[in-house]
Amino acid sequence: MSDKKWMPRWFYQLASPRWCYQICGKLLPWFTALALGLLIGGTIWALVFAPADYQQGNSFRIIYLHVPSAILAQSCYMLMAIAGAIGLIWKMKVADMVAKSCAPIGASLAVLALLTGAIWGKPTWGSWWVWDARLTSMLILFFLYLGVMALNSAIESESTAAQATAVLALVGLVNIPIIKYSVEWWNTLHQPATFKLTEKPAMPVEMWLPLLVMVIGFYAFFAVTLMMRLRNEILRRERRAGWVKELLLSKSAV
Amino acid sequence: MADLLTNAAAEQAQIGPGGLFMATLRRDLLLSLRRKSELVNPLIFFLMVITLFPLGVSPEPGFLAQLAPGALWVAALLATLLSMDALFRTDYDDGSLEQLLLSPQPLFIVVLAKVLAHWMLSGLALTLVAPVIAVMLFLPAEGMPGLMLSLLIGTPTLSLVGAIGAALTVGLKRGGVLISLLVLPLYIPVLIFGTSAVQAAVTGLPLGGYLALLGALLALGLALAPLAIGAALRISVSG
Repeated sequence: MSDKKWMPRWFYQLASPRWCYQICGKLLPWFTALALGLLIGGTIWALVFAPADYQQGNSFRIIYLHVPSAILAQSCYMLMAIAGAIGLIWKMKVADMVAKSCAPIGASLAVLALLTGAIWGKPTWGSWWVWDARLTSMLILFFLYLGVMALNSAIESESTAAQATAVLALVGLVNIPIIKYSVEWWNTLHQPATFKLTEKPAMPVEMWLPLLVMVIGFYAFFAVTLMMRLRNEILRRERRAGWVKELLLSKSAV
Repeated sequence: MADLLTNAAAEQAQIGPGGLFMATLRRDLLLSLRRKSELVNPLIFFLMVITLFPLGVSPEPGFLAQLAPGALWVAALLATLLSMDALFRTDYDDGSLEQLLLSPQPLFIVVLAKVLAHWMLSGLALTLVAPVIAVMLFLPAEGMPGLMLSLLIGTPTLSLVGAIGAALTVGLKRGGVLISLLVLPLYIPVLIFGTSAVQAAVTGLPLGGYLALLGALLALGLALAPLAIGAALRISVSG
């Protein structure tokens, strides 16, 4: 049997909850600073300095919240499924915890995307909700998150719950493109252009640059919340481990 | 069935994949046919849900005809979903599921046979009953082939995907509502293409494309779903 290590060392180190807790703790301030800087800078840039849209006026500015949250809701599902797969294959506790921490963040981002979409839709399309393909597939993504969370909380044993949700997340991952395309076809079939998403194939630089900043800022913010949740989850699950007790004692002594 | 469960007997019997498939299928069908009251439950449910539409929306024939493709498909989907929980439940309760997992036989084939047995008594039965109920909703006669063909190709996918949910929740005491939460979002593509096929048939458009898409979903489900079901069963039973 060849004992060749084809995975890098840090990959195995991440499998240790203690090591992962510490590395997250070290990274956390950097990412917090990055997220705060980008989000505050991006928001000011987007709301104050970016030019208004020639059709939608200032109401278009909500895309600076809407688009990043929609992108991130999808990336988060991907991360959840991949972490779940790693947990299933390598039996890593930390990967299970990452997957579990992802679900509520992803669900709230999907809600944010839906809400901002509705607020945007009111002045643009004249109604809070339209059965548009994108809105519908985001709603379905939200349902998938809810399913994952419901399954996770229904199973008592933590390792079983993690494995079961990993399987469900992977099944969902296979299904997401199918759902996306089927919903798009359905929409083109049933609603021939009652409205048009204002198509801006060439968005001017002054508009998309703040958007890019906001997207990166959202990713940084996502990393911060994920690490905070992960650290909590690690502490909760490893509460019987010696190093957690030492950590808690040293904190309470201060 | 007993000879499937032990190593020695399986080696003596030299049971092949086809034999295994048929044995599991026969066992599941036999067990289901002995509980006749449960057998008709999905069909009654289907009929009742369909009855709600004229009562709740409008009894006007023209309106109902417009509503029929979607209503029939939604009702069929819910009826399948309702029967899903029972798929592994009895086997789990009496321990035979555990024996199946321990047996040296490939789980893929066993699972496939169980899902097929489930489909024959839910999806296939719904397909056969659907035209009668479609008449009650004033679906035009031109829509019938589309309805039956789309249900014939679409409902096996519903059974396959639903079985993943059933396998994930079999270890829980109350899996019923949870299955719906897990599985309903995954049913949406089948619903879209199934309804579109019926609507195309009603308006006289070619429905080959929709049936091909349903067939593609079924092919994907046949290839991948048993793997997920098997993995989910192992997780549920060991946990």
